[in-house]
Amino acid sequence: MNGASLQRLRGLLRKEFLQILRDPSALAIAFLLPAVLLFIFGDGVSLDARNIPVAIVVQQPSTTSASFTSQFEQSPFFRPQRFLTIQEAEKAMDAHKVDAIIWLQSDFNRKAHSTGNAPIGVILNGVNANNARIIEGYVQQAWANWLAMEAQSAGRAPPLPIAVERQVRFNPAVSSRDYLVPGLIAVIMTLTGALLTALVIAREWERGTMEALMVTRVTMREILIAKLIPYFLLGMGGMAASVSMAVFLFDVPLRGSITVLIGVSSLFMLAALGMGLVISSFARNQFVAGQIAIITTFLPAFILSGFIFDISSMPQAVQVITHIVAARYFIAILQTLFLAGDVWSVILPNAAALALMAVIFLGIARAITRKRLD
Amino acid sequence: MWRQVFALIVKELLAILRDPKSRMVLVGPPLLQLMVFGYAATFDLNHVPIAIYDQDQSAASRDLIARFTGSPTFRLVETLRSDHAVDALIDAREVQMVLVINQRFTQSLLTGKPAPVQLIVDGRNSNTALLVSGYANTILSEFALKWSADHGARPPPATLAVQSRFNPTLDSRWFIVPGIVALLTQVITLLVVGLSIARERETGTFDQLLVTPLRQIDILLGKGLPGLLIGTIEASVIIAATVWWFEVPLRGGLLPLYCGLFLFVMAVTGIGLMISALSLTQQQALLGAFLYMVPSIILSGFATPIANMPDWVQTLTLFNPMRYFLVIVRSVFLEGLGFTALASQFWPMALIGVVTLATAGWLFRRRAS
Repeated sequence: MNGASLQRLRGLLRKEFLQILRDPSALAIAFLLPAVLLFIFGDGVSLDARNIPVAIVVQQPSTTSASFTSQFEQSPFFRPQRFLTIQEAEKAMDAHKVDAIIWLQSDFNRKAHSTGNAPIGVILNGVNANNARIIEGYVQQAWANWLAMEAQSAGRAPPLPIAVERQVRFNPAVSSRDYLVPGLIAVIMTLTGALLTALVIAREWERGTMEALMVTRVTMREILIAKLIPYFLLGMGGMAASVSMAVFLFDVPLRGSITVLIGVSSLFMLAALGMGLVISSFARNQFVAGQIAIITTFLPAFILSGFIFDISSMPQAVQVITHIVAARYFIAILQTLFLAGDVWSVILPNAAALALMAVIFLGIARAITRKRLD
Repeated sequence: MWRQVFALIVKELLAILRDPKSRMVLVGPPLLQLMVFGYAATFDLNHVPIAIYDQDQSAASRDLIARFTGSPTFRLVETLRSDHAVDALIDAREVQMVLVINQRFTQSLLTGKPAPVQLIVDGRNSNTALLVSGYANTILSEFALKWSADHGARPPPATLAVQSRFNPTLDSRWFIVPGIVALLTQVITLLVVGLSIARERETGTFDQLLVTPLRQIDILLGKGLPGLLIGTIEASVIIAATVWWFEVPLRGGLLPLYCGLFLFVMAVTGIGLMISALSLTQQQALLGAFLYMVPSIILSGFATPIANMPDWVQTLTLFNPMRYFLVIVRSVFLEGLGFTALASQFWPMALIGVVTLATAGWLFRRRAS
């Protein structure tokens, strides 16, 4: 790059910065959008079921049944409601008032003290299957606790002769917020990155200012670099705002180093901006660029990135598709950086993938943005 | 008057469908996304990679291990000889869980003491961690009950008899795929109407439209009905695929489903037109559509339950039409509910639709003067 080129680049950069400062929408996308979204989602997105409304039907109360149901009354996971008959409880379930029914039939007490294996009916509303499974897990825990307590008070050997010690690494409280917030940052940054660039180049084409630029001595490479630098800085600013919110507002631990975080965020931002440039160069009008940006960024980053849905449980063919979603690599790194620390065996391969995607997208953008009129 | 509105609708449809890129965006991706997301979006765990460190090396511990390796939920990738590798395996996410069978396992079982077992779970994805330990606990309890029974111990006083209604195998796809009906319908409808007015304003044709004899209500109809039409048609294709391709049972009637769909698309059209009328440029309209779409999807109950949200966010979701439609699709599909049971979901959408459409109409007039 020679002196004249640098001078042209400086001029272009000045123009871009002025444009950003005069049109508040770019600043809004970069700072306001991430902050507002993270504020609402950080609080709102949770998979931790607490106070699950559960119906309890005891047809013949006894001390045994009372000791069992007290497990539910003491648990922070359940909000038990008493019903006299199973029909009433089922009606409440149909009306979505309770998510599960615990049913002790009239022979519960007799069987529990004679033959054992008295059935405890657990009826789950399976519409939300994930929730139903989580509830089933909590019910099972309550039951195992109860068995151990009963045996202990009767001075008998434990009926479940096994002692499970569970150790959840990186997230001992098993709080879903700690894992969802880093993912949210990646989803939100995918949006801002693509939105920032998808519109700006398409707008130049649509307004004819691209043609005006073409007749100057500016090269296409200089135009792309001049577009990239200011939006990269804006995007990184938004990223910094998001990370501070995660750490200071939502108390998510950041166990990795800031340097690594800045490094991988830069790689990701380049990939996201590169993708935006490709979209806008391809679409050449804001309407289509906007449509493509909405379809190719948000939903894939939401569903195919491992943000909520576990990638390793997807069918093979879908797992292959997830490799073209940049957010996938970023989320893997962020979850590790936030909760586990600088684990190089996770960071390096994913960072390499991000770098590769950045190179490919920027390369494509360079190749399809030519000084050419159709 | 109807002829004029009809002409406007035809013009709108042509404007959307004539551009080959725009046409491609509206038809291709939704179907592709239905297929990919339908398979991708599942909370069910299969072949979760685990490692086992058996310090006991006995018949009982081998029996327990066989229960883990025989389960479709787990996939044994490493058999450990020491605990050195545990941290590295978990850190690198090569395994989701390590099962450590203590060396006093058999001894404790035989002497009637609880046999120690340790589960080390990667908590980076807390939902997976919770489900994985749930599955592991089930296997461990089954093993323990069987062992007690085989060794002549008293059976436990009570056992759980779990059954799940509406979705006996708890296949989470039955929950997610009907949700995708709502998700994609909203995206398509917003794409069609959200940018339409801003584009006309930017190119100056909106002023031309205003000087025609068309009344505001006619323009509103002409702008809104194409979205309603395209949204409903694409939703029908997705519903058909849900029933025949993903084989999710449709237990309720089509009438409540389509009533819900109509009100939902109307509400989204109203919101889209409002965003469009508020914006001066396409960039603002796009930003508005995005700013609406992202929270309305994430806070709809599509993936994470509304009941888990704090109260102030739950209140916020009351203004989100997708929240109501998700309940309708899922209830009609899986629970077979009809109008009376779902009445509380229908009227808020109708209200949102009427209010937003009226506001959009009012905004047209204001912008015109």
